[in-house]
Amino acid sequence: MPSALVFFTELSDAPSKAQRELLTLAASIGEPTVAVASEVPEAAVTQLGAYGVNKLLVAPANESSFLDHSLSALEAAVKESAAQVVVVANDNFSREVAARIAVRVDGSIVTDAIDISADLVVTKDELAGSYSAQAQASGGVLFVTLKPNSIEDTPQAQAVSVSVEELAVSAATAPSVRIMATEEKVASDRPKLTEARVVVAGGRGVNGDFSAVEALADALGGAVGASRAATDAGWISHDAQIGQTGVTVSPQLFISAGISGAIQQKAGMQTSKCIIAINKDVDAPVFEIADFGIVGDLDKVLPQAAEEIRRRQA
Amino acid sequence: MTEENTAPLKIVVLVKHVPDVQFDRHIDSASLRLDRSESVLSELDEYAVEAAVALVESQGGFAAGHEVIAATMGAKSASNSIKKALQMGASSGVHLNDEALIGSDTVVTSKALAALVEHVGDVDLVVTGMSSTDAETSVVPAQLAERLNFAQLTHALNVDFDGATRELSIRRDHADRTLTLAAALPAVLSVTDQANDPRYPNFKAIMAAKKKSITEVSLADLGLAAQAVGAAGSHITVLNAEARPAREAGTIINDSGQAGIALVDFLAEQKLI
Ligand SMILES: Cc1cc2nc3c(=O)[nH]c(=O)nc-3n(C[C@H](O)[C@H](O)[C@H](O)COP(=O)(O)OP(=O)(O)OC[C@H]3O[C@@H](n4cnc5c(N)ncnc54)[C@H](O)[C@@H]3O)c2cc1C
Repeated sequence: MPSALVFFTELSDAPSKAQRELLTLAASIGEPTVAVASEVPEAAVTQLGAYGVNKLLVAPANESSFLDHSLSALEAAVKESAAQVVVVANDNFSREVAARIAVRVDGSIVTDAIDISADLVVTKDELAGSYSAQAQASGGVLFVTLKPNSIEDTPQAQAVSVSVEELAVSAATAPSVRIMATEEKVASDRPKLTEARVVVAGGRGVNGDFSAVEALADALGGAVGASRAATDAGWISHDAQIGQTGVTVSPQLFISAGISGAIQQKAGMQTSKCIIAINKDVDAPVFEIADFGIVGDLDKVLPQAAEEIRRRQA
Repeated sequence: MTEENTAPLKIVVLVKHVPDVQFDRHIDSASLRLDRSESVLSELDEYAVEAAVALVESQGGFAAGHEVIAATMGAKSASNSIKKALQMGASSGVHLNDEALIGSDTVVTSKALAALVEHVGDVDLVVTGMSSTDAETSVVPAQLAERLNFAQLTHALNVDFDGATRELSIRRDHADRTLTLAAALPAVLSVTDQANDPRYPNFKAIMAAKKKSITEVSLADLGLAAQAVGAAGSHITVLNAEARPAREAGTIINDSGQAGIALVDFLAEQKLI
């Protein structure tokens, strides 16, 4: 049975949905070890046991230099665990850390994975999800970054006890990158965009006002996304941008409102299970990929739908 | 007080020749290789060229001796992407073209590109786009920083360079924060599409580009063995690739006042609420 290592830069009291998917996947491959590049709260340790994690390697952060601690922690964890496969999140930072350590240990890396089989064949998206490919590594440690919403989050039937070890991490090896300032982003009560089951996204057609998009998202318990036209206009934070240069989402339900459906925009959402589009232009390209399309004014359709959902739920 | 370093900057901007995203892109089911016949300069690399040229312009311009060398690894036609970068203002080009490179994974691509940067020599800064639009891994810049032992400043939302201290600073998104990061040269910088607005070359720039040189480089020039790169040197092997069934347009209705209700009916039918 291959041994799998899951690497997190941070782990809060409860693992996020994407983190639980990583744990589920690792447990399906082999007895997973988890390594975290920062302090881990007690509550989280119990949660890891529920996913069959028998070993936790903790490398509490000890300096403010960007990146270096994560690099050293992952390198040490790879050596300590002797894992054949290392799974990490699909965000830019995790990818970069994994990719650099893949170079250091002469391993390999596959990004945008949606599954890994027991014999370590990786299934992944190619060309913005228009292709699905399978790849295999012929030697060295294999690093894999997993797209959120790819694996059904399933804890093990039997929880195990987790042995916790502090990871001995060597001093900085990479040229220093200093953190000069940190701006915290406004926290939202809505689900995380990349992990949400439902995403409602608005584009230039919302004309500066995201309230109807937000109200429908809230009626459905979903996240709010946007096109680049809307984020560039400053109507909503850049973090909401979906697409080639924003985040990729793959929810059960994607509702697109006032978005034309440019190629770079579709790149971030075309693997959604179900797509609904609302646009006043019947020729908008978004309708070519919509399971259900409404030619109409989003300012009328969205509030009516939100109201109807609340009415049915009452 | 440290002495001010006023040596001209030597910048390499990495450009990739990729299938145009505006057309349907295909992976051949037999060779498992991407069809590269309708290729252009990756639109995300235009931001890298702009960042490099703008940085030089902010430091006294090319007259001050700064250089921007557009570098690519790719087949013969990839020189078209170098030409585009030259039109946008890069000063010269270098083209690594060798059949043996076909099938390189990211670990090997970064090995070849790092060797190319070292071949150029005395490079202060490597600038790249945030991701290629074909492989979309966005890991090669970080791997280059690792191999070259340069500071890694990637996914820049904006770029600031202090000519006096030769420090580069950027803002980047990281988890629930936006960080301001700073490092001394040499560095690898990758820029997002938020960093600038790439220029359109005018007629004068297009004519000027014709006089700029492009140097062809082979693996032998870099001291790399053919076995060390390409499919032979890569751990990753692609086993198969299949086009997902194209999405088909579903029902489209015109709103005659009840479309919001119809939307909810559809959700209920699909068991989404
Ligand atoms: C390098 C690069 C990267 C890019 N990356 C991204 C990316 O990551 N994500 C992204 O989104 N874009 C990206 N883009 C931009 C992309 O090409 C499009 O310009 C952008 O997606 C357009 O946004 P939009 O659909 O909101 O605006 P538009 O194309 O202007 O469309 C607005 C739509 O709203 C409709 N509309 C207007 N009013 C109403 C109304 N009241 N009710 C209903 N419908 C209405 C209109 O009919 C129209 O179809 C990128 C571009 C480049 C060059």
